[in-house]
Order: sequence, then C-alpha cells, then structure tokens
Amino acid sequence: MKRAYDILIAGGGIVGAACADELARRGADVCVVEAECAGSGATAAGMGHVVVMDDSEAQFALNHCSQQLWNELREALPENCEFDGCGTLWAAADEEEMNEARRKADHYAARGVAAEILDSAALAEAEPNLRPGLAGALFVPGDSVVFAPCVAKWLLDRAMENGATLITGKRIVELRSDGAVLNDGSIISAKRMVNAAGSLAPQLTPGIPVRPRKGHIVVTDRYPGFVRHHITELGYLKNAHASDRDSVSFVVQRRMTGQVLLGSSRQFDVTDAAIEPGILARMIQRALEYMPGLGQLNTIRCWAGFRAATPDNLPLIGPHPTRENLWLATGHEGLGITMAPGTGRLLADLMLDGEALIDPAPYLPARFANSEARHG
Amino acid sequence: MADAKRNGIKVWVNGAELSVPPDCTAAAAVARAGVTMHRRSVEGHARGPLCGMGVCMECRVTINGELHQRGCQTLCMDGMRIETAEVASDA
Repeated sequence: MKRAYDILIAGGGIVGAACADELARRGADVCVVEAECAGSGATAAGMGHVVVMDDSEAQFALNHCSQQLWNELREALPENCEFDGCGTLWAAADEEEMNEARRKADHYAARGVAAEILDSAALAEAEPNLRPGLAGALFVPGDSVVFAPCVAKWLLDRAMENGATLITGKRIVELRSDGAVLNDGSIISAKRMVNAAGSLAPQLTPGIPVRPRKGHIVVTDRYPGFVRHHITELGYLKNAHASDRDSVSFVVQRRMTGQVLLGSSRQFDVTDAAIEPGILARMIQRALEYMPGLGQLNTIRCWAGFRAATPDNLPLIGPHPTRENLWLATGHEGLGITMAPGTGRLLADLMLDGEALIDPAPYLPARFANSEARHG
Repeated sequence: MADAKRNGIKVWVNGAELSVPPDCTAAAAVARAGVTMHRRSVEGHARGPLCGMGVCMECRVTINGELHQRGCQTLCMDGMRIETAEVASDA
C-alpha cells in the first residue's frame, strides 16, 4: 500500500503550485491533485497582474511581501513566463480621482513602495492612446505582469524536482481528514490536506465563505506599442468592490507578444463560464470611453473565469477552524497571482512550524468561524 | 481603354508601385508583386494566404498603416499601401 503523503494539495493553480513549491523545498512529501492541467482555472483566465494594493493594511502586507518574492523569482523564471516589469498606471478621470491618486501615492511612499504622480500631459505622453483630457495618473513602477499558467507549471516542476508528486486530469470528489477520494475511485492518503481549489474550494469544503466571482477578458491581435503599461481606471476601486452588484471597469494591459488584454467584469451568483454578451458589451464600452482606438483593433478571443471572493476581500490561509487536518489556501479574489508566492511562504511557515514571514492573523480562516456557525 | 480598365488601379506593395485590375484583392496584389510571406507567426514562422475566404487569418497584411487586415478580403483601392512582414514592424 502506498505510503501516506505528508501533505495533499487540492488544486494546481498558481496558489496550489506556490504552496507545493514552498512545502516541497522544505522537505515535506507533497502530492498535488489538479482536475485539469497545471495552471488552469483562474490562473489561466486572469490577467497575470502582479500589483501592490492597499485596500487594507493586511492586504498590503501580503501583497508587498509577495511582490518581493516575485522579484526574487524573476531572474529564475523562464522566458515563457513573460515577466514584464511594465508597472501599473492608475488612470484618474477627474480631480476627485486625482485626489485618490495622491492619497495612494503618499500611502505607498510611507510604506516604501515607489509611486509617482503623472499630470494630464505626462499621462498623455506615457499612453498616447488614452482619451485626451484625463486628469492624470498614479504610476507604480514596481508592479509587473506575468503569464501565470507557465509560472504555475514552472513552480510545480520545481516542486517535483524536490520530490513532490503531481496528479492531473483527476478530480477530487471527497476531501477527507486522511486523504482524498478521486473520481476514478482511487484514494490518495495524506496526513494533512490543503484546499487550494480557488473558486471551487467550497465544493470540496462546504461552508467556507468563498463565492465564485465571474470575470470576462478579451484579447486582441498583436499591436506592439498600442498599450505600454498595465492601466486600470482609479474608479476600479469603487466599481469593483463597492457592492455585490455586477460591475465593469476599464483595465488594459500590454503583453510581451504585443497583444492587448482587456478587462474587467465582476459578477456574483453565476456558475456558467459562458461568455455573456450583455456584460461583455458594457465592459468593452467602458474601455472605449477611456481608449477609443481600441475599437479599431481586431479581437481574437474572449473568455470568462471565476475569482474566489471572500466577504472581507482577504484570502483564507491557515487551518480550517473545525475540520481536522484540513488547511485552506484560497479566497484571493483578483489577487491570486500577486499573492501566490506570499501565500505559499506563509502556509509553509504555518504548517511546518517555521517563523511566519508576516503576521498570519488577518488571513486565518478562523476569523469567520462564528459567522459560519450562525449560518449553519 | 480596355487595358486601362483591366490595370486601372495603382497600389504599393512594400513600397513598390504596381498596377492591378479593379477587382483585385490585396492578397492577389501581393502575389503579383512576387511576395509570398504576408506575416510572421508568434514564433517567427512565415505565413501567407491559405483559405482565401477570410477564415484562417493567415493572409493578414498592413493596409494604409492599419495592422492585421485580411489580404484576401480587401479589394485594392487606388493609392492603397500594402505592407507585409518583410517591411512592417509587426504584421
């Protein structure tokens, strides 16, 4: 009979891959089970934006340490991971948003993150295809863009070099306290489980406060130079997180191939990944308001994926509050790519009793233990 | 007169002037100019017309500065400038 693994990870997206990499590197005997292929799911569907955000101190802390880990990875990543240190431009439409840009700039500066205010003319020079007359922007040069599926694959390969096992194409039907049952009836025994299944995590662990949040993306043909950074409208923050209602924001990004990625949309309570023309049209309309020339570009594909959203916009990293031998590493919403390295590091710190890189308290699943009990 | 009608349109293919008939597509004009490569794939391989009916997207060229126009679906217009990957920065 096959020995029990030390740790079984459900999900081979970038979060599961980063966890496997860290755990295997520190000597744990790890098995990753991925239903599709390495780096699929939201890892493949998203934009691959590595971005420092400051919605809360806890969000900033995990983002910031993750970004430092990304910069350490950068040199080692192969070319197909398309690491592009293009920076983020937060575009401000009016004076109110410029005030927000200045507030963010001060906030970042106080925390050692480089950020620069561009006035209207400087923004027009930095991104000539934005509509004239925008108020300006906040430029965060340390942000970057990656091709996340290849990073996930590379992290899993490195984990396997350190002895990890990867099982793909098999779905976990039951996550137990002593292992997992796969859809072909086989059983993988393990001492501890990590649910890193992104938006699908609640299917394996019912009751955890994770909701799928659908997003659409459009990719164009190659137009080198049309977009020069990752650009997000500053209104994004109020659009994306102000309520549970469907929302769209202007987000564009250059890719190393010269292609342009266009987002973003947010929808709760949809489980079908089919393209929805209604919200896609709203999303494109929003983008055209900021960048009219996008209308002349050929799009070659669009798709949708699911973020793993939590009620407080922070991930769940740590032991399940009640279930034995079960750990969680999910709930990253739109920041799964950014936060993956920090999540892997933190989870490994917690599971292998190392000293935690940052204070783990804000991410511990136990913070929802009471509300879960209330909702049964 | 009949000859003028048949070869009535002037276009440029990669900077070289060429006379083509009014019903000539940009892809045909490129062929008449003796150019076979329309564009390069992401990995740098040569690409040219395949399906001839607007589906495969392999015949894309730059027309009057606009990238990624399907040569087989674009009729030549007088003065049109057609560029293939031989000269376009990306096509």
